[in-house]
Amino acid sequence: MARSPSVGPSPAPGLVTPVPWWRHRRVVPWVVQGAVALTVLVVVAFLLGNLIRNLTAAGLLLTWNWLGQPAGFDISETLLPFNAELPYWRGLAAGLVNTLRVVITGLVGSTLVGTLLGMASFSGNALLRGLTRTYVEVVRNIPLLLQLVFWYFVVFLSLPNGTAALQLPGVVLAKSGLYLAGFGDGLHWIGPQLQNGVWQAPLRLSVEFGALLTGLIAYTAAFIAEVVRGGIAAVPKGQWEAASSLGLSWWQTLSKVVLPQALRVIVPGLNTQFISLAKNSSLAVAVGYTDLYSVAETTLNQTGRAVEVVLLLLGTYLALDLFISLMMNGLNRLVQIRER
Amino acid sequence: MRPSARRWLPLAVLLAVGLVGCAPEGGGGVQSTKMGTITSRGKLICGVDGSLPGFSFVGSDGTYSGLDVDVCKAMAAALFGDPGKVEYRNLNSSERFAALASGEVDLLSRNTTMTLSRDAAGGNALSFAPPTFYDGQGVMVPTASGITTLKALAGKPICVESGTTTELNLADRMREQNIPYTPLKFQTGDQTYAAYLQGRCVAVTSDRSQLAGKRSSFPQPDAHTLLPDVMSKEPLAPATVNADPVWADAVRWTVNTLFQAEELGITKANIAAKVAEAKANPNQADLRRFLGVEGEFGKQLGLPADFVPKIIAAVGNYGEIFDRNVGPGSRLKLDRGVNRQWKEGGLIYSPPFR
Repeated sequence: MARSPSVGPSPAPGLVTPVPWWRHRRVVPWVVQGAVALTVLVVVAFLLGNLIRNLTAAGLLLTWNWLGQPAGFDISETLLPFNAELPYWRGLAAGLVNTLRVVITGLVGSTLVGTLLGMASFSGNALLRGLTRTYVEVVRNIPLLLQLVFWYFVVFLSLPNGTAALQLPGVVLAKSGLYLAGFGDGLHWIGPQLQNGVWQAPLRLSVEFGALLTGLIAYTAAFIAEVVRGGIAAVPKGQWEAASSLGLSWWQTLSKVVLPQALRVIVPGLNTQFISLAKNSSLAVAVGYTDLYSVAETTLNQTGRAVEVVLLLLGTYLALDLFISLMMNGLNRLVQIRER
Repeated sequence: MRPSARRWLPLAVLLAVGLVGCAPEGGGGVQSTKMGTITSRGKLICGVDGSLPGFSFVGSDGTYSGLDVDVCKAMAAALFGDPGKVEYRNLNSSERFAALASGEVDLLSRNTTMTLSRDAAGGNALSFAPPTFYDGQGVMVPTASGITTLKALAGKPICVESGTTTELNLADRMREQNIPYTPLKFQTGDQTYAAYLQGRCVAVTSDRSQLAGKRSSFPQPDAHTLLPDVMSKEPLAPATVNADPVWADAVRWTVNTLFQAEELGITKANIAAKVAEAKANPNQADLRRFLGVEGEFGKQLGLPADFVPKIIAAVGNYGEIFDRNVGPGSRLKLDRGVNRQWKEGGLIYSPPFR
């Protein structure tokens, strides 16, 4: 936007009345922006000042020493080893790992299921198409919290327990979790065993994790199915016709011609769904899975450091979501059509 | 997400106290910002559990009842002469302190254990009234499981409500006795007991009174047994914030009123007669002072002069409250135990009204 030098304030004094400063085209934007910036600064300073003043008055000024204190509580299911003697920050780290565990498996699972559902809604089979539409409409319109409670209390906790558990060679599905055979100490192949009324196995997934993961995948997949459906619908009909006139089957058409072109519409939409999934994982506490939010909540109650704990939580979830966005934006650049 | 809105309450209220609150609550003197707020609002906002039979429970007709609820009613009666001027807020164990600290509730009467860190200015900075129920942590198991000791719980899942002292006590006791266990934590009592009833946990742990209360609402109360072990001391007390000692004193002496009335044999039924008796006999100085016929106790606390008769007329004395909600007159049928008057060897003891 190059400006011609002649279009400035009063090119020839005496001939033209000088433009007053409040109508000046360079001054006015600066004044407006300055005023906005000043207002924002004043409001933020007022809020922060209030926060600090009131927290000081209540004896709650931010401190972080408590992070090093022994936690005193246990976590039942951790990838990072944890016990009650370890400090709070180790507990929070164990919670974060639990969150990442459900987020990562959830992302993979919901993408697979969602993509298949999205593709199925273009199937020639009317029954399959109808079932897919029904699934999406039902799942999408029921609050996730209700669905999680349903999966946990109605589905998973109805599984039989103890000796009545569902047993296959190397696999046991009981009320307490899924038990898989694996290598124990000294590379012995060990199957699930019932000891003292409790199943034991080298690999174990709790029903809490199972219910949360199932709920998140079922819910997010419905949204991803819609994103995928939208992406496929955005590919011109001529592409389908061209592919079938070349003799490609439905599956070949979809996987080799349509989906690759649909990706550039799908990826930005996926980003939103992935971020939602990461945030929704904090509903874990409703089904007894010890994720970051659950550990933070216990920490908050035991230490009374509510502001610090909540700030940590906000920062962590923000960082997690920004990271997912960053990855997805990278992927987006890869799948975009490069125009020359 | 909508479902999580409630779960971010601690953040919302804490930011609210910091961001919106302007002047710190005034301390000292007979001025109380909190009592001024309550009076001008015309009702008391009381934080309760809301799903715990015997302590605070919403009946099928939508009314609240229970021991904790009666403390709220007593406070409303002291302030307004009307036990109905209370708005109840159901709080889970994680929300309760933030809700109190932010001023969302005036009084927390929610089976809350009094502890050092919750009382201390550097901790939760609460101010506790005298305990209204001396409790201890217990463990409940299905009778059919045949479990009779803590040791038998080794390696088994135990349900517990997160953010409670019971969660920490459980960890301490099991660590002391070297018993490995699996804690399954839930955010609310309802979820905790639902998981227990569904058989996900072999045992559920909480205050013994709470276990008895919840058990009374189970489909088959007889099918569940409390283990004899008492894992901790749990003095359950109403709480207010440290920042307003005037309000805290009014709550403290409202609770003491309930204790003192029982000691003096003053009940809901005979309160009118007792007041008439005190007015007629100038030499019964103790009774006259207690009932506000003479002296300035009400004024000193910032309450009406006749706050004691109003409280007793509304909810009765401590013994009546206990019997009605958790004792013989209730489904819980708890023994008075240590919650007897000090003269009968219990812990219920009011400092003198002088």
